[in-house]
Amino acid sequence: MTTQSNDSWSVAGQTFTSRLIVGTGKYKDFEENAAALEASGAEMITVAVRRVNVTDPKAPMLTDYIDPKKYTYLPNTAGCFTADDAIRTLRLAREAGGWDLVKLEVLGEARTLYPNMVETIRATEVLAKEGFKPMVYCVDDPIAAQQLEDAGAVAVMPLGAPIGSGLGIQNQVTIRLIVEGAKVPVLVDAGVGTASDAAVGMELGCDGILMNTAIAEAKEPVRMARAMKLAVEAGREAYLAGRMGRRKYADPSSPLAGLI
Amino acid sequence: MLSLTVNGDSYRAHPGSIAEFVMSLELDPKKVAVEHNGEIAPRSQLAEIALSDGDNLEIVHFVGGG
Repeated sequence: MTTQSNDSWSVAGQTFTSRLIVGTGKYKDFEENAAALEASGAEMITVAVRRVNVTDPKAPMLTDYIDPKKYTYLPNTAGCFTADDAIRTLRLAREAGGWDLVKLEVLGEARTLYPNMVETIRATEVLAKEGFKPMVYCVDDPIAAQQLEDAGAVAVMPLGAPIGSGLGIQNQVTIRLIVEGAKVPVLVDAGVGTASDAAVGMELGCDGILMNTAIAEAKEPVRMARAMKLAVEAGREAYLAGRMGRRKYADPSSPLAGLI
Repeated sequence: MLSLTVNGDSYRAHPGSIAEFVMSLELDPKKVAVEHNGEIAPRSQLAEIALSDGDNLEIVHFVGGG
C-alpha cells in the first residue's frame, strides 16, 4: 500500500513533504501566524520584501517568530507592477536571505491583481539568467505556462480565482490542461476560500496549493490551517487513488440477486 | 557630516561604512539587505563600502506577505 509518507515533491532540487505553501500576511499578530503555520504543516512560506522602519528598529520582526532555518522562505514580489520592480525586489531578497528560490508575480492592475504576462515572462528570463529559481504566479493559460517554463520558471502557479477573493477554483479545465502539459511543478496560487477548494485543486493533479487569506481571514485561523493541511492531503490521495467514472444514472451498490 | 537619503527620508551620518551606518540605526546588518545608489550592496562588503555625501540607501527586510 502506498503511504502518505512516500509522497513528496521537488522544486529546483529541494524536496518537500507538505504540498501546502502558506503566506504570512494579514494575521492578527506574529503569534497567531506562527501557530497557524505549525498547524498547516507547511514547510515553505511566502514573505514580502519591504523597507525597514528605520524609526522603530526594535519592532518585532517576522524572522523572530518564524525561523528561516526551519522553514523555506519564499520571497515574493507582491505589489510590483513591472518586471524591473520585481527583479529589483528579488535581487534585494536574495541578498537578505541568501537563497535563489523566489516567487515572482508581476501584477497587471490593482482591481483584479491579474498578472501582466508580458512583464512576467520578461522578468522570468532575466531572473533565470541571474541564477534565480523563480516560481511564477500566472494566468490559467496553458500556452503562457509553457512559455514561462521555456523562460526558466521552476514552477508555474496559475490563479484559481483572484488573489484574496476566496471564490474557489473557477477554472478547473484550464488548470488541468496546465498540469497535463507541464514538466515543472504546478501549484494553484490564489483563489482558495475553504478546505474543499484546496482538495479540488489537488484532485486536478496539481503538485501543491499556495494560500494566505483563506487561513488568515478564517474566524479561527489555526483550525482552518489544520483543515487545509487535511484537505491538501485528502485531495492528493484522491488524485493518486484515481476517482471512479461518472455515470449519468444510478447504479446500486447492493447486489440485486437474492432480494426477498 | 554626510547627507543621505534612507528609505526615502533625509538622514545625516558620520563618514564611515554602510555596516557602521546600519548599526547606528540599531539594525542588525545580518537581518537586512541594502541597495546603495540603485545597486545591491553585498552583505559581505557592507563593512568595506564607504558612504559618500548624497548617497541613496534602501534598507529592506522580510515581512509577512502572501
